[in-house]
Amino acid sequence: MLNAQKRKTILLLIPIILVLVGYVLYPSIETMIESFKRNGTFSLENYQDFFGEKANANLEALWNSVWISLLSVFFSALIGIPLAYIFNRYDFPGRKFFSSIAIMPIVLPSLVGVMAFMYLYGEAGLIPNMIKDLFRLSEVPFSIGGISGILIVHAYTMYPYFYMTTSSALNNIDPSLEESAYNLGANRFEVFWKITFPLLTPGLVAASLLVFMVSMASFSAPFLLAGGFRVLSLQIYFSKMNGDLEMAATQSIILTVVSISFLLFMRWYQNRRDYRMASKGIGAHRSEVNNPFLKWCMVTIGILAMIILLLPHATLFILSLVPEGGWTWQTYPQIFNLDNYRLLFDDPNIWDPVRNSLIMSFIACIGVFVFGIITSYALVKRKFVGKNLLDILVMIPWVLPATVVGMNMILAFNKASIFSFGHILVGTFWILPLAYFVRFIPLVVRSTTAVLEQMDDSIEEAAQNLGAKWFYTFRRVVIPIIMPGVLSGTLLAFVQAVGEFPTSVLLYTLGNRPISIEIMNQLRMFNMGQAAAYGMIQVGLIAIVMIISSKFFKVKADNAL
Amino acid sequence: MSTVNLSKITKQFGSVTAVKNLDLLINEGEFFTFLGPSGCGKTTTLRMIAGFYYPTKGKVLFNDKDMTAVPPEKRNTGMVFQNYALFPHMTVFENVAFGLKVRKLNRTEMKKRVEEVLKKVRLEQYMDRQVSQLSGGQQQRVALARALVIEPDILLLDEPLSNLDARLRDEMRNEILRLQRDYAITTIYVTHDQVEALTMSDRIAVFNMGVCQQIGSPIEIYNEPVNDFVAEFIGETNLLPVIFEEQADKQRVYRTQDLDVSIYVVDEKPHIANYKDSDELVMSIRPEAVQIVGEEKEGENILRGEVSLVQFTGASVHTYVTLENGVTIRTTDLNKGPSIYLQEGKKVNVQLPANQIRVIPKARM
Repeated sequence: MLNAQKRKTILLLIPIILVLVGYVLYPSIETMIESFKRNGTFSLENYQDFFGEKANANLEALWNSVWISLLSVFFSALIGIPLAYIFNRYDFPGRKFFSSIAIMPIVLPSLVGVMAFMYLYGEAGLIPNMIKDLFRLSEVPFSIGGISGILIVHAYTMYPYFYMTTSSALNNIDPSLEESAYNLGANRFEVFWKITFPLLTPGLVAASLLVFMVSMASFSAPFLLAGGFRVLSLQIYFSKMNGDLEMAATQSIILTVVSISFLLFMRWYQNRRDYRMASKGIGAHRSEVNNPFLKWCMVTIGILAMIILLLPHATLFILSLVPEGGWTWQTYPQIFNLDNYRLLFDDPNIWDPVRNSLIMSFIACIGVFVFGIITSYALVKRKFVGKNLLDILVMIPWVLPATVVGMNMILAFNKASIFSFGHILVGTFWILPLAYFVRFIPLVVRSTTAVLEQMDDSIEEAAQNLGAKWFYTFRRVVIPIIMPGVLSGTLLAFVQAVGEFPTSVLLYTLGNRPISIEIMNQLRMFNMGQAAAYGMIQVGLIAIVMIISSKFFKVKADNAL
Repeated sequence: MSTVNLSKITKQFGSVTAVKNLDLLINEGEFFTFLGPSGCGKTTTLRMIAGFYYPTKGKVLFNDKDMTAVPPEKRNTGMVFQNYALFPHMTVFENVAFGLKVRKLNRTEMKKRVEEVLKKVRLEQYMDRQVSQLSGGQQQRVALARALVIEPDILLLDEPLSNLDARLRDEMRNEILRLQRDYAITTIYVTHDQVEALTMSDRIAVFNMGVCQQIGSPIEIYNEPVNDFVAEFIGETNLLPVIFEEQADKQRVYRTQDLDVSIYVVDEKPHIANYKDSDELVMSIRPEAVQIVGEEKEGENILRGEVSLVQFTGASVHTYVTLENGVTIRTTDLNKGPSIYLQEGKKVNVQLPANQIRVIPKARM
């Protein structure tokens, strides 16, 4: 019956809407309200302060964030696109191996990655000092820090977005398109600029916007490297630490506006033109490199790239072997042993953050798992008014910079409300799992939606036709089919939650401090060995999840992001 | 086993009318086919019988029981989908057993019935395979078995053969017919392939643009189409617009403006369809009924022309004769050897036998 269908849809939508309104929309609105308050009364003073002469530090931070992000896009593209082109279009010894190394930066959680870079290329870093000793220089030849540091870290961590979109776009181009262009008389150059490149543009634009948004939101790199340099995401944190919640709210709103306008622009661009291939089932075609000189050039590029890409991982591993006090004033670490790993299991103080992170991430992931299944099902398989609106609501946490999500949580749950069942959540254990939950809703919804869209409607109809009720069909047919997608999304959310830094630093308490906070603490105490050991745990978890995803769920690492 | 009675069914999607005012009675045990081009409303009608769509107006009755508002899971129909819709995460056995599991049969009974039906579709040795390991024809048979095992009142088949290659299609056609006869289930078959419809059905309903044009046995539909759409959609035919000229003894005389000649048609029911005075008329003659005669032959309905194309298909030979004013008449002869192959450009006469012509109205849109 028509009404029965509608009733089911409504029953599905009620919990979805409750959760989204309570934990996504309401906190954002609270932040917005807060931004218009000054000492408890409505005013525009915060915005005047932001844009006015009084505090041009804010305006400067906004401007810095924007141009740093633009440069990050530029450098990421500069590395990612040629690398993807070389690895996907030419065949040479070791190609497969190099191309799998190319996405290695994504296994480094941002905070851990920044830390590795600091000890690699920083003032006291291993590489500059090694060069100095090797060439007997009086001073280190170079070191990263401040703007250059942020940019290099951004380029390293974000070029995989370009690499992966370009690779998949290149592999999706039907070879016969290029062949027919050659057949019609175009030369190599013309084929690239008139056929290949236009077909790559949608992916490139998407990647550019993604990198722009991610680097606008970037927190760990400026946090550790900026020095006196101001960016907006960091300003929010400082305002909050100084107790100026109203200013923090205003800064959050402005960062949100910039991010959301980019999301809207991206959606508009993606819907503008349809570049989907008319033909299906195409194999990649690679030209074999026969010229021995060129061939070895490419192999050299591959090896060099591999070394540079894996140095941070290696550094992290080496540092994790340096016990407390094993590297103080000396140029290089002096002692290596497994103390840091042993302490993890012996010293409850050291183990606690790991346990906290695992428990909190687990709780959040059960949440996103259930919520993700229901929400994607409603979005893909049900018809209702306002679907677009719901879709946008789901994607909001993805656009919001993590710092903003953290601020929203603080401003919404530092007082009792119906959504927190009458409790004040800030300062308790539960605020962090909740923040992780909100942060990773879009990730799971997107991975689930992808598999649900693959599932033909007739599958459900067949079950119904054979006499199965809706819930039975959902349980026995729909869920088993979509499980790989849901699980791979959830696992990814899990490892990202374990590494989550920006929301953690705003919301943690002594009792539930997660790994990332402890890494920060250990760094402050110059105990980089222990910090690196924590980092290795995160890297290990991510590696395990990636292997599970690709081996058991047949989900490629690049699809997971 | 059930009869299916659709009374005054209309289905609208927004402002589009997919099915218009359809009345249909399908008898018990009948093999009934919905035939029509894509977008004609045949699948929509099938889905209303299965319960996936609810009619905007009208009623669906199974054996006089009103099923209009009954949800699909309570209708006890077995449907085979165009893409088979096999559950990818289950084995062949689990797929077939699904409907029985839902009906809470005990294990031994379930196993017995699944094995039985798999034997019927000759898949017993594939019981534990994943469905993705089967070929298209085998998947098709799993889908059939899954629909049959629940002993449905009505078997619904939605273009089940359209994804198979030609040879397999022939094979499965016989297989489906054999199973339908074995189980004696009322079967509704949706297809756009007229050969399938003609060879398999007890009765056919021809759809166009949401309207059922004609219901009848394959012989009726082919020999006595009610309008030019049916005549043209089913089989090949030559259509010429005509107007009524005069009534003669046992014959009616029509005139074609295109050729400017009179056409004589036997004045009996099979040759003159029902039409109103206001209808535009056409005459239809099947290619196999047209005769090529020598140039010297005189008589009724003889037209002069020249052979413009000879197409050899193996079993038969198509000869296209272009008449003096540009109209082309298509003829078909069985291949009886080189004596009937004509040279292109040869002058010939064609005869349209008065007892092979049918005068029909143009379909109203």
